[in-house]
Formats: sequence, C-alpha cells, structure tokens
Amino acid sequence: MFYYVDVSGANRQLDSFEELAMPLFDPLYNFAHWLTQNREEAEDLVQETFAKALKGFSSFQLGTNFRAWMYRILRNTFLTSRTGLKATMTVPLEGEEEERLEPAERDTPETILFARSSHETLQKAIDELPVHFREILLLCEVEEMSYQEISETLSVPIGTVMSRLSRARQSLRNRLRPDFQAAGTRAIAKRTDVKGTDHGL
Amino acid sequence: MVCESWNTKFDTYLDGEVPQEEMRSFHAHLHNCPSCASDALSRVQLKRAIQVAGKRFSPSTSFRQRVQNTIAPKRRRSSRLTWAFAAAAVAILVVATLSSGYLGNRSGRDQVFSEIADLHVATLASSSPVDVISTDRHTVKPWFQGRIPFAFNLPELQNTDFSLMGGRMTYLEQAPGAHLIYDVRKHHISVFVFQERSLPAKLSDSSLKPGKLSFNMETWNQGGLRYFVIGDASAADINRLVNLLKGAA
Repeated sequence: MFYYVDVSGANRQLDSFEELAMPLFDPLYNFAHWLTQNREEAEDLVQETFAKALKGFSSFQLGTNFRAWMYRILRNTFLTSRTGLKATMTVPLEGEEEERLEPAERDTPETILFARSSHETLQKAIDELPVHFREILLLCEVEEMSYQEISETLSVPIGTVMSRLSRARQSLRNRLRPDFQAAGTRAIAKRTDVKGTDHGL
Repeated sequence: MVCESWNTKFDTYLDGEVPQEEMRSFHAHLHNCPSCASDALSRVQLKRAIQVAGKRFSPSTSFRQRVQNTIAPKRRRSSRLTWAFAAAAVAILVVATLSSGYLGNRSGRDQVFSEIADLHVATLASSSPVDVISTDRHTVKPWFQGRIPFAFNLPELQNTDFSLMGGRMTYLEQAPGAHLIYDVRKHHISVFVFQERSLPAKLSDSSLKPGKLSFNMETWNQGGLRYFVIGDASAADINRLVNLLKGAA
C-alpha cells in the first residue's frame, strides 16, 4: 500500500513535521511490529500513521505532547485495521476502570529465575500477551513513557494505566514461571506426539 | 504489615511515579527489609530485561527512505519557476525589510509571549499541572534528564518566600523545554526554559505585560538558554525569583 501525500503549501510547517516525526520513526516501527506481529503490516501501519499525522499536523496543538500524539494515531489506526479488530475481539470485557490495584504477588526465588531465562523466552512471553497488555508494557518499559503520556496515548485515565500495567506485569511474570513454561513445553510435546501419530497413520 | 502497605505500590515506585515523600519512605523501607529489597531487585531486573527484549524490530533503510520521501517538502522546482520565485521573494523581502521589518519582529515576539501566557494558564487549569511533583530541586532537575536536550540549574529556596511545586515538559513552537511551577504567597509562577536557538523569534531581555492579560513577565538569555518567568504575583516577587534563577544559572 502506498499513500500519496500532497506537500504543496507551507514548507516551514512540513520541515517542522519532518524534524519532529523522523526521530520517532524507529520506535514507532518497533511498536507497530509488536502490535501487528508482521513486518508488512507494520510497514503499512507506520506509513499510514505518518500520512495521517502529516495531514492533521496543522491541527496538532502546540504545547501538547507530540510523541503521545503520534503513538495515539498509530494505535488508533491499528485498532481499526483487520489485525487490530481481530486482536481486540479477544480482549475480555473487564471493569478495570473501577478495579483497585491488587497487592503484588511476592516473587519467590523460583520466579526470579526469569533472569536466567533467555532473551527469546521473554520476547515470546511478551508476544503472547493480549494486545492491551502488550502495548502498555512496551510504552512503559521500552518507550519509558510516564503514566501521564501513556494516559494520553491510550486515551484512558491514569488509574486505568496503573491497574492495566499492574495486570500486564503479573500476566508476564506468570508466563515466565518455570512451571508455566514447563506446562507449555509439555503441551507442545503432546501436540507433536499426536501429530506424529496422525502422520504415521 | 508494613510490607503489605507497600505491596500495591511496588511497580509504581519503581516506575518513579509515587510522590517524593512516599519515595523516600519506600526507599528507607527497602534498606531495612531484605524481603522487599529482593522483590524490588527482581522487578528491576524484569524491567531492564523487557526494555532490552522490547527493542526488537528495526525498519529497513528502503522503507525509511520511502516514508521520508512522502513527508519531506518538495524542494525541487523547475529552474524557470525557481528564478521567478526567487525574484519575487527578493522583491518582497526588500519591501518588507524597509517598511515593516521592525513590526514583523515584534509580531513574532508577541506571538511567543502570548503562547507563554497560554501555556501558563492552561497548565494551571489542568488537573495535573506537573508531571514531577516535588519541592526538592535535586529531584525536579534530574527528572528532565533525557527528556529535554539541555540542562539547567535551579536555585536554593531556603529562607525565601518561594517554594518549588514541580515541573513538566513543554513545547513552544515545537521546541522542547522545561516548565517549572513555583509558589509565592498563594500565587503560582511559571518558569519556562528553552534553548535560545530553537525559538522562532529573536527576543530581547525585558519585563513586560503580555497582551491585555494581567500577568507580569520577565525574560532573559543566559548561557544559550532563554528563560521566561510569568505569573500574577507582584512585579517585585517576579523580579526576586528572576534574580534567584540568574544566580543559580
């Protein structure tokens, strides 16, 4: 997909957009790829985001957060895409807005083992998170956004940012527990056995 | 029981999002509680691991170029058109310089002052006017590290009527800067700091009342940084804060 952008008009403004937006190109692409889990879709998403942002740049309010604005456009574009709609359809409808933060579960020495687990295991665990957990975790930990910025990006109150982030972390910790991984490995092995049997037949 | 009271705030604390006083108490608790310290350590390890693992995908050079081409202004025109535009531009420039150069510069300057006044009012009207809430300059100043492309100093306020409320990032004509809020006798004063070269208009050091608003404002350049101090406090108070800032810079 290719988006033509009409760049006739005020060059100063366009220079400003390019200067502001291009430093965000790599992190936006990384975020888009995590959301879509597909290179081509990530490229389409980033390209559409830049096209929309350029078109709406005149309405961008000075004094507000440009980074949060760009991420919001990307996320909203993703949510209306086919992959985004499919991903959000699997999100359980939970009353997280009213939810209080639960006491953090104590990490036992076993759960601390994640430090020894491989880079790929962690990436796989993040990949498997529901999209609303994955995105908030990445915005907080990778993009190092403040709760205020995340709140602006996701268009949710700060209380929701805190509770969702807490549950995203808990979900990730659960996925990194050795027993969880062992169960996953056993399940895969079992499926492989079944497949092997079917194939044999 | 003490540990349980911190339980819900572990991650918020590690994200640097709890108020400064709580931060200190939490920090003190970690020093005395091996169990919580161990828990905090594992969470920090997980945060770092996610940060590294999360930077996973990079765009190709060709894709970057393709997008950049779509957003870059078209700078090439036919030579004939270029000459025509250039001639027209020179003519306009000469006339503009001769007749209204001064007015043009003043207009740019007034626009900057109006935006500063707008930022001050909009921030104070916000439900969360500051992103880093602290009266401690040694907390507020480091908070800006990595958020703005320059560093600045803040004055010691002991034995003065001023108190620091906190700070936030701000933008003026797309230039990132620091916005600090001070309090003096229940009046809030905003201090803005930007890089001089990033501002669109050439400004001189001055005291003034921007537009028809009843604010006092002072602005000056120091060490390549442009400072604006604005508020509804008296001109004398504004001036005292300006002197404190100048002394610290």
